[in-house]
Amino acid sequence: MQTLLEMRNITKTFPGVKALDNVNLKVAQGEIHALVGENGAGKSTLMKVLSGVYPQGSYDGEIHYDGQIAGFGGISDSEKLGIIIIHQELALVPLLSIAENLFVGNENAKGGIINWPETFRKTEALLKKVGLAEQPSAMVDSLGVGKQQLVEIAKALSKDVRLLILDEPTAALSESDSQALLDLLLELKEQGVTSIVISHKLNEVRRIADTITVIRDGATVSTLDAKKEPITEDRIVHDMVGRDMSARYPERERRAGDKLLEVQNWNVWHPEHATRQVIRDINFHVRAGEVVGIAGLMGAGRTELAMSLFGRSYGRNITGSVKLRGKDIDTSTVATAIRNGLAYVTEDRKELGLILEDSIQRNITLANLPDVAKSGVINEAEETKVAEQYRGAMRIRTPSVFQKVMNLSGGNQQKVVLSKWLFTGPEVLILDEPTRGIDVGAKFEIYGIINDLSAAGKGVLMISSEMPELLGMCDRVYVMNQGGFVGELSAEDASQERIMSLIVTE
Amino acid sequence: MTNSAPQDQAAKPENGIAGYLAGHLREYGLLFALIAIMVFFQIVTNGTLLKPVNITNLFLQNSYIIIMALGMLVVIVGGNIDLSVGSVMGFIGALAAVMIVNWEVPVGLTILACLVVGILIGAAQGYWVAYWKIPSFIVTLAGMLVFRGLSLWLLEGQSVGPFPKTFQLLSTGFVPDVFGVGRPNATALAVGIIAAGASVWMGLRKRARNKAYGIEDEPTAFFIARNVIVAGALLFVIYKLSTFRGLPNVLITMGILTIIYAFLTEQTTIGRRIYALGGNEKAAKLSGIPTERLTFLTFVNMGLLAALAGLIFAARLNTATPKAGFAVELDVIAAVFIGGASMSGGVGKIVGAVVGAFIMGVMNNGMSIMGIGIDYQQVIKGLVLLAAVIFDVYNKQKQG
Repeated sequence: MQTLLEMRNITKTFPGVKALDNVNLKVAQGEIHALVGENGAGKSTLMKVLSGVYPQGSYDGEIHYDGQIAGFGGISDSEKLGIIIIHQELALVPLLSIAENLFVGNENAKGGIINWPETFRKTEALLKKVGLAEQPSAMVDSLGVGKQQLVEIAKALSKDVRLLILDEPTAALSESDSQALLDLLLELKEQGVTSIVISHKLNEVRRIADTITVIRDGATVSTLDAKKEPITEDRIVHDMVGRDMSARYPERERRAGDKLLEVQNWNVWHPEHATRQVIRDINFHVRAGEVVGIAGLMGAGRTELAMSLFGRSYGRNITGSVKLRGKDIDTSTVATAIRNGLAYVTEDRKELGLILEDSIQRNITLANLPDVAKSGVINEAEETKVAEQYRGAMRIRTPSVFQKVMNLSGGNQQKVVLSKWLFTGPEVLILDEPTRGIDVGAKFEIYGIINDLSAAGKGVLMISSEMPELLGMCDRVYVMNQGGFVGELSAEDASQERIMSLIVTE
Repeated sequence: MTNSAPQDQAAKPENGIAGYLAGHLREYGLLFALIAIMVFFQIVTNGTLLKPVNITNLFLQNSYIIIMALGMLVVIVGGNIDLSVGSVMGFIGALAAVMIVNWEVPVGLTILACLVVGILIGAAQGYWVAYWKIPSFIVTLAGMLVFRGLSLWLLEGQSVGPFPKTFQLLSTGFVPDVFGVGRPNATALAVGIIAAGASVWMGLRKRARNKAYGIEDEPTAFFIARNVIVAGALLFVIYKLSTFRGLPNVLITMGILTIIYAFLTEQTTIGRRIYALGGNEKAAKLSGIPTERLTFLTFVNMGLLAALAGLIFAARLNTATPKAGFAVELDVIAAVFIGGASMSGGVGKIVGAVVGAFIMGVMNNGMSIMGIGIDYQQVIKGLVLLAAVIFDVYNKQKQG
C-alpha cells in the first residue's frame, strides 16, 4: 500500500528535556493508524511537529508527505495539504452556531461578505456526512461533548481533509457516543480519509486500528501490524510501559504507622454541570509515614479528588467525611483544611501554586503569614530567616531569597511550593504531579524530600501520571478511573502492567 | 532520558552601579521625573512654582487626589479598578452641604455620617465585585452614573453653600504655631525636621537590616544621594510653607494617611495578602487567603477615602456643586499608574501613587501658571501617562 506520511528521525528538544528522540512514524494511505503511549511519552508533541505547531527548524528530522519532503511554518501550511488535527480540548467557539464554527477563518465569502445560504447548504451536507442531526444554526454550547466532537470532524471535512489526526477523541465521551464516533472513523476510511488516532483505550484501538505505533519516553518502541496478526492488549501494554527502573528512586525505610487520614464515601459533582458526578464513592486512608499513590489517566478525576478534599476548592454538592487520627475534621474552606493539617501541592505551580512576580521569601510564607507576624505586622527579619532555612533545607538554588520566583527553574520553583506547604506544618501532604516538568536531577531531590517527610511521620498522598514514579516511591497505590477507585495494590503486587490493565479493563 | 545537565537559570543580579540602576530604574525614574518636572516649571514660570503661597496651593489643590490615590492603589493592587470615586466624592460633598446648610445638622455629626455613607457605598459596590464576581469595571461604571445622578438630585441642580467656618477648617485651616513665633512658623519647622530625620533614620535602619541578611544592597552613593534629595526636599518645602501660613491641615491629614497606608501595604499580613490576591488570585485562594473578603474590603476602604476626599473638596470650595468630582477618577487612576502600579494587579506602591499624584498636580499647576489652555493640558497629561506606562512595559520586556 502506498505511504502517505513518513516522519523520519524526528528529534525535538525543549530546554533541558528531549521530548522526542529519533521518532519514526509511517502511515499508509487510507489506513487508521493508532498512536499509543503513556502520558508524556511524546505523542502530542509528535503531532504538533506534524501539524506545524512547532514549525520547521525547531526540530530535527524529515517529514515526507505524499511523496514529497514537507516542512510547515504553521498550522495553516499543513492544513493546505489536508492535514487536520483535532485536539483533545475542542477548539470550537461556544457562542457561535455550528455553521459559523465550521467555516470560521474559512468563510464562504466574497469581498468579505458572507454568503449565508451557501454556508448553510454546505453545513447541512457536512452534518449529514458525519451523521449529526442538528440545525446548522444551533449554538455549539447547546451540544453535548460527543456532538461537538462530530462538529470538529465536520469542520475537518470542510477543509478537504486527507490526513485526520484525533487526539484522544473519545476521552470525554460516553460509551454510545464513542461507538458512534468510531463507526464514523471507519466510514471515513472507506471514503479514503487516512487517520491517526491517539488513544489510551486499547479496546477501541484494537477495534479500529490497522497499524499501531507505540511510543515510550520520546522514542518509537514498536510498530504493530494489526491486519496480519491479532494483537493482544497485553502486548500493547507491555510495549507502553516496559522500561527498566533502576536506581532512579532513593531508598526509604518503609514503616507505616497508624491511620492518619481517612476519607469515606466521598462524592463530588461537577461545578458547572450539576448532573455530572465527577467523584464517586471514594474511600481511602493514608497511614503515618506512608506514601500512597493514586494512578490513573488524565481526566480520571485525581486532581478533582485532591482539590475537593482541600477546602472544597473543586466541585459542588460534596458529601463524605474526612478524618484525621480517627476524628472528623472540617475541610470546608482552604483555611480550615490548612489549620487541620492538610496541604495540597498543585500540579500547576505557575497558575495555582506561586505568585510569580513575588520573591521566594514572600511565596514561602504566604500560606502561613501569622507565624512570621505579630498582631498582623510582619516581622521581615523573621520571615527572611524562615525563607533562608528552607532555602538551605530544600537546596533551592538561587542567589538570594529575594529573587522573583519567575526567574527560577521548574525544579527550584517546585521546591519553593513544597517549602510553602511545609511551613504550614501539615500532617498530610497531597502532592499532585510533584515532578511534572522538572529535570531528572531535581526529580531525585524531590523524591528525597518525600522520603524525609515520610520518615518524619507525615502522610503523603501522591498523584502521578508517571507510573514508574508511583511504583518507585509508594507503599500502596490506588488506581483511579472515571471518578472512582478501581483497585488498590500494595507495593509488592503493583506493576505497570497490572495498573494499566486495571485502567483499560474498567 | 536525556543527559543534559540540569539547568539552573536563576538569574544572577548584575553587579555594579549600572546593574543596580537598571534593576531599579522605575523607582529612581519616578523620583527624578518629579524633580525634573518641578525644575522645569520653576524655570518656565520664573520661580512662581516654588513660591510659598503656590506650594501651599499645590497641597490644597491635590490633597483630595492624593487621598483617593491611596485607596485606588490598594484597589488596583488587588486586581480591580474603581471608576466611581469622582462621582462618590461629589455625592458626599453634596450630602454634606445639604445636611449642614439645608438641614442644619451639626458639623461633627455630618462628617461622621458622610464617612459612614462612604463606607456603605464602597461596601455596596465591593459586594458585587467580590461575591458575585462581576467585573469591577462594570460595577463601578454603574456606580459612577448612579452617584453622579444622585448628586444632581440632592442638590436639585444648584450649588449649595457656604459652609460654616468649622467645616472649612478641614481643608483651608492651618496648624497653629504652638511656639508662637509666627513667621517662620516654628511648629512647621519642627515637624519638618522630625519628618526628615525620621525618613533618614528609617532608611538607615532598613539598610542595616538588609546588610545583616545579605540582601542586595543599594550602592552607598545612591543611598546617600537619595536620602539627601528626599530629606532636603522635605525640609525645603516645609521651610517655604513656614514662611507663609504654616502647615495646612490637609497636609497633616495626607501625610498621616500616607504613612498609615504605606505601613498597611508593606508591613502587615493583610497588605501582603492583597498583593498576593492581585498577583495570582487562584494561588492566593489555594493558600487559604479569603480572597473575596479582601476584595470587598479594598472597596470599603476606597469608599471611606472617597468620602473623606469629598468632604475636603467641598470644604475647600466652600460650596457643593453638581459638577464637583467630574472626571476626577481619571486623574486618580492616572496617578496610580504613573506611580508604577500594574493594570493586572499585584504590583504598585503607596509612595509611587503619591509621587504619581504630585507629578500630575505639579503639571496641572505649572501649566495653569504658564497660561496653557485646558485643551493642551489634557493632551500633555495624557501623553505623560502613556509615556510612563510604555516605560514600564519596555523595562519589563528588557528584563524578561
